[in-house]
Amino acid sequence: MKIKRHEMPNQDPFVRRGNYDEVALGYSLETAKEEAERCLQCKEPKCVEGCPVGVMIPQFIKALREGDIVKSVQWMKAKNNLPAICGRVCPQEVQCEGNCILGKKGEPVAIGRLERFVGDYELVHRTCPLEKAPKTGKKAAVVGSGPAGLTCAVDLAREGHEVTMFESLHSSGGVLIYGIPEFRLPKKVVHSEVNYAVECLGIDIKVDHIIGRTFTLDELLKNYSAVFLGTGAGLPSFMKIPGINYNGVMSANEFLTRVNLMKGYKFPEYDTPVKVGGEVAVIGAGNVAMDAARCSLRLQTLHSGKSENNSGEVHMVYRRSRDEVPARGEEFHHAEEEGVIFNFLTNPIEILGDEKGNVRGMRCIRMKLGEPDNSGRRSPAAILGSEFEMKVDTVIMALGTSPNPLVFVDAAGLERTRHGTVVADRKTGRTMKHRVWAGGDIITGAATVISAMGAGKRAAADINNFLKGEVPW
Amino acid sequence: MYKILRKETFSDVTKLMEIQAPHVAHSAKAGQFIIVRIDEAGERIPLTIADYDKEKGSITIIFQEVGKSTMHLGRMEPGAEISTLAGPLGHPTEIKNYGTIICVGGGVGIAPIYPIARSLKEAGNTVISIIGARTKSLLFWEDKMREVSDELIACTDDGSYGRKSLVTEPLKEFLENKDKKIARVWAIGPAIMMKFVSLTTKPYNVPTVVSLNTIMIDGTGMCGGCRVLLDDGAQFVCVDGPEFDAHKVNWDSLLSRLRFYREEEQLSLQRYEHKCRLEGAAEGGR
Repeated sequence: MKIKRHEMPNQDPFVRRGNYDEVALGYSLETAKEEAERCLQCKEPKCVEGCPVGVMIPQFIKALREGDIVKSVQWMKAKNNLPAICGRVCPQEVQCEGNCILGKKGEPVAIGRLERFVGDYELVHRTCPLEKAPKTGKKAAVVGSGPAGLTCAVDLAREGHEVTMFESLHSSGGVLIYGIPEFRLPKKVVHSEVNYAVECLGIDIKVDHIIGRTFTLDELLKNYSAVFLGTGAGLPSFMKIPGINYNGVMSANEFLTRVNLMKGYKFPEYDTPVKVGGEVAVIGAGNVAMDAARCSLRLQTLHSGKSENNSGEVHMVYRRSRDEVPARGEEFHHAEEEGVIFNFLTNPIEILGDEKGNVRGMRCIRMKLGEPDNSGRRSPAAILGSEFEMKVDTVIMALGTSPNPLVFVDAAGLERTRHGTVVADRKTGRTMKHRVWAGGDIITGAATVISAMGAGKRAAADINNFLKGEVPW
Repeated sequence: MYKILRKETFSDVTKLMEIQAPHVAHSAKAGQFIIVRIDEAGERIPLTIADYDKEKGSITIIFQEVGKSTMHLGRMEPGAEISTLAGPLGHPTEIKNYGTIICVGGGVGIAPIYPIARSLKEAGNTVISIIGARTKSLLFWEDKMREVSDELIACTDDGSYGRKSLVTEPLKEFLENKDKKIARVWAIGPAIMMKFVSLTTKPYNVPTVVSLNTIMIDGTGMCGGCRVLLDDGAQFVCVDGPEFDAHKVNWDSLLSRLRFYREEEQLSLQRYEHKCRLEGAAEGGR
């Protein structure tokens, strides 16, 4: 008899709107083993091809279903240093699970949920400390401690190199800490996973160091044999429309940093304030937009003082249609369940303010989708004469980001594209500058956590070969 | 963690602190700032670097107690440590020999104008300094400013020291004086003061540089919370500034954005003062 894909228990949508606790509660051991039974153990597994870091999926699932979790952890950690994080934030539907053969006729194996189960188990039981190879005496610097930098640093340290990570904020983790909210990725999971790896491998993390200002790239190159840049794409874009400087207009980065990194949702217990009004518009429909919308709902509910009460409206304003929404399927679904209102085929053309300089509304225009362009996407076009006004008091822009320019100060020869991203070999991460590698959003623009990890991993492999003298620059 | 090495009290609300931070002292230059977070529950606030000592690995800040975080910091003593000190941030001041220049420092803005005046003096400029404050007790570093200036004018709003006037009065007189061509003006102080300095120099077409102190969170260009409207679009103060051409700044937008969190700031401050009183009472009872 065919076993159905196991649902993961979730917090009730009406309850969770009033808290920042994790929404998805995770599998129990029994459910995990039953779900693992569904895997067909393909001889030529397609799922592995879909994983950017090549986790040996059938093997870890087999060990899990046999009840040998320690072995399952070993299979997992052979390729993935941060499974508790990846299991939560990867868009599995377009990666491993999207390739699962079971998905052709029914539902794919819940690989992400199983990965999360194994990762969480390991954080509690710590069965498989990452081991460090004998010291090589080589020094490498990793700039940025987000997914790309962390992965690269861990892989290099495992090979016995002396690794120093430089982080501009006061806490390491990059977008895992400041961007992705607590209810999707609890910060204790991030801290625990990062600290575990860093302690096992003796990685030195220097926080409050802004490369480009505190030290420049050229200075680092004097002290380190290799430098990996994983500084991401943190510079937010604002729409080029009138009114973006009114009070109540924020980038999603600002909003999410206040909420997540600074714990603004706990103000005044924490010092950083964050506020949204009763009528919020989030512009965009990617993961960052979903996060911002769902954080806004929670703030409205928390500020009303009544749990289970949705005391305002959160609109998502997107110029394309439902079918083009780029966010992870599960987050889109969760946002709808929680009551986010979607305004598709709508584009703001002006933000309106009152006499005090606060946002009072937004002028929008209706859009229609044209024929697919070269990239296969149907590009939206404005419908003339369809302008209308939306009453909003908060506007959060989640329109994507580009690489932060600071890292390029005193970094002659580090070539960039016209989009501001770094030119690098996608296989090795080598940039145009001697002994400098890069990976993650700094070369792709805003993408996913796991693709950044994959890039960190590939670069680490090449850096390792270079440091060991096995390949020249 | 970063240790407080030295503290000087200029007035009830104006404090100087020298803090151990070799990574910042290493590359600090006039015009730059740091981000400070006192403890785990703290907020990140920008403070201008007033001085730095590369050999000692320390930087000096001068701040005025205006709210919860600055008040908390002001009550810390040497030996105590703060959690976060990131920097140096922002572009350094463009130091060149311009000729005769005027440095205007208002209130706590005297601190950040000092290293700029010093560097400009070292670069061969004739430096005229105008420092001002509400009242005598809020004025400081007159001697240090005098050392790096060819001419110095001190004023107070209430006439309790120096000339009884706003800084813009003597400024206007220098601009009127045809014998002495003023090549450039720097102004640092409260936003409202910088706005009026800008309005004063504009008719004379004297290039005027201001150092903007907007709301900031990360200070590294990743959020845009500090953005300011210039004639030619919005820029981020933390990475594009903090210095800007004063005549291009939209001052009304800047002043309005500074007020956005006023209620929350009040709430936070009241809560802190309440806590301090409770702790004080508990200690008194022992």
